[in-house]
Amino acid sequence: MRKRATKPAAGTVLTVVTVLSAVSLAACSSSSDEQEGPAQAPVNQAQIDEALNTPTTLTFWTWVPNIEDEVALFEAKYPSIDVKVENVGQGLAQYQKLRTALKSGEGAPDLVQVEFQYIPSFTITKSLLDLTPYGAGDLKANYPEWIWNQVAPSGGVYGLPQDSGPMGNLYRADILKEAGITEAPQTWEQYAADARTVRDKTDSYISNLASNEPAAMVGLLWQAGAQPFGFDGEKTVTIDVNSDAAKQVYAYWQDLIAQDLVSTDPDFTDSWYQGFSRDKYAGWLTAAWAPVFLQGTVKDTAGKWKAAPLPQWSSGEPVAGNWGGSSDAVLATSKNPIAAYELAEFLNTDPESTRMLNEQQNLFPVQTAQLEDSAFTEAKSDFFGGQPVNELFSQIAPTVNTDFQWLPFMDYAYSRFNETIGDAMTNKGDLGAAADLWQSDLEKYAQQQGFEVN
Amino acid sequence: MTLTAARPVRAKVVHKVSPAVRSQHRAAYILVLPFLIFFTAMLLAPLAYSAYLSLFRTQLIGGRQFAGLENYRRAFTDPSFLDGLRRVALFLVVQVPIMLGLALFLALALDSGLARGAKTLRLLYFVPYAVPGVVATLMWGYLYGPDYGPIAQVAERLGLGAPDLLAPGSILGSMMNIVTWEYVGYNMIIMYAALRAVPAELSEAAAIDGAGAVRIAWSIKVPAIRPAILLTVIFSIIGTFQLFNEPSLLRSAAPNAIGEDYTPNFYAYSIAFTQQDVNYAAALAFLLGTVIAVISYLVQSAQNRRLA
Repeated sequence: MRKRATKPAAGTVLTVVTVLSAVSLAACSSSSDEQEGPAQAPVNQAQIDEALNTPTTLTFWTWVPNIEDEVALFEAKYPSIDVKVENVGQGLAQYQKLRTALKSGEGAPDLVQVEFQYIPSFTITKSLLDLTPYGAGDLKANYPEWIWNQVAPSGGVYGLPQDSGPMGNLYRADILKEAGITEAPQTWEQYAADARTVRDKTDSYISNLASNEPAAMVGLLWQAGAQPFGFDGEKTVTIDVNSDAAKQVYAYWQDLIAQDLVSTDPDFTDSWYQGFSRDKYAGWLTAAWAPVFLQGTVKDTAGKWKAAPLPQWSSGEPVAGNWGGSSDAVLATSKNPIAAYELAEFLNTDPESTRMLNEQQNLFPVQTAQLEDSAFTEAKSDFFGGQPVNELFSQIAPTVNTDFQWLPFMDYAYSRFNETIGDAMTNKGDLGAAADLWQSDLEKYAQQQGFEVN
Repeated sequence: MTLTAARPVRAKVVHKVSPAVRSQHRAAYILVLPFLIFFTAMLLAPLAYSAYLSLFRTQLIGGRQFAGLENYRRAFTDPSFLDGLRRVALFLVVQVPIMLGLALFLALALDSGLARGAKTLRLLYFVPYAVPGVVATLMWGYLYGPDYGPIAQVAERLGLGAPDLLAPGSILGSMMNIVTWEYVGYNMIIMYAALRAVPAELSEAAAIDGAGAVRIAWSIKVPAIRPAILLTVIFSIIGTFQLFNEPSLLRSAAPNAIGEDYTPNFYAYSIAFTQQDVNYAAALAFLLGTVIAVISYLVQSAQNRRLA
């Protein structure tokens, strides 16, 4: 009796399970259809007008402080659109939340700030919308080539550039003068010689190359013309972090580190901030966002700084690398992609908004017109003894190597950098051997993840 | 035969429950129900789900596939995981005896009634435990700082070289110090509470027999509170294997000394959130749980054997 009674029940359960899994399968396939669908026809003006005049709430994740001010300009222009700005964390912290939201299928924003190097990490999961049909393709001419390549890594356009970090050499003119150096080094060879002089004649290091800052080292590799990473947007990655070009850079720094001519203290730690105010570091090879950053953190050294381009590997055209920079990307899951794109375009191209982003949020501009605007370039910085620092970095910006790509798993690549090369820097070890280890770790991981490794 | 014949009768007796008792049973189940629901939803279900996850492999290219025990096999040959285990094992062997020894000493001292202001002292010892672990770690991170920390500054004033307490070689000891500072008071309170329950007559009798304070403490009081001590040992084992706050927060002050695989728990977190490999992280978590269970069981049974 009992047996017979339970049978239908089990049947019901089975049916329920089947139905449920069918439903979830259907959900899966429909969502992937949406993302992988054929190239969309260009959005026309009528559709844009309709989207901007329909009452809509957009969610925007970003860690740019007080960006509400620029967003307010957009809302004033398009009163139907209400934008909710949310700061859910900076960098990795935000990406983790974003991935969780994407995985769970709800809670993801419409527009999100993504750093250049993480764009491929989100295009591989098809989480970012190709903005070409929304009009992004027409903007290409407004940017230096390398910046555009960062947001358009494999065909599509996956974000609108917001800020960048072309690299230069910031140094303490007073300390260098004490060592008898009056001009910034033009070549890396000269830089090494100066490093020796500074170390011998003062208590400072010429600079600190942080052992926990892969982005800085990658920026230097970028300048040296190395192509450590590559991704075709599908399933093939190129990993070449121990190429000859890269090893030249590692060997150079290994030499300076071994002779105790540069320090390798971890950056953005209390100790590091102290290092600047205690004159431990006479300089910093850093990015265009750093001048303003230093003004805020080591105020008491105001007026003693100067800025120069990075030292060069060879005579000829000067070359720079890049450290930092981000974009605003529309998520594929957004229900209001047109309005979200318009917001991104407004924030990052409207003259008033971009001017405010530079002046109030201290973001280094990305648009050529803005980089060449005399109001921007002629501004003199008291912190740098009256030097027009913007002009210098505006000149550096177009010299950044154009074809630099990223892996679709930069979080892993950077965390392994710290365990391999960073570790060797701390322990004054063999950076080249550490790079080989970094290379093999990355290859192994890529294969584990199903990529084809070039 | 008579036994088997008797069985049904007895069973009948057991099942015959008065309506009053039955309604009591029902009330008991109803009262337990809210807990059971939360226990299932918040603990058992996630546990089962992560056990399920640990049997799969998710690739960026290719998606999720069933992988059997592959994740577990990988863990056994993963130097990061094994080194992390060795590190916490060393932590356990060195730090736990020091901490519990200190806690026992303080508990006995307070219980002896010889210390003046015992109540105030008891509170003072306990205060560190009331400081949230995160705050405590941040505070110690500052104290340890090689360039700005007070410890380094005092050492420099005294003409000693500033010790780098955040260097790769010393960070484990620095961490042991934080954990000891934080949990001595907590363990002391458990032991002290147990000591208060030891009948005073035992100590008095021993004193009459001529035992000194030390002898009384060692031969009367410590054996009497052995279950409480065992409890603190088990808690400490679990706590040590789950070390997370300290490495994760000190990492910002000493990124070179603390890798993302510093402790197994921290490693599992990095795997899940940096490397986005939830499946392998689930397997690591289960293995770690097993290690903790086995060691706790071994300690407990060794203790029981000694009692028997």
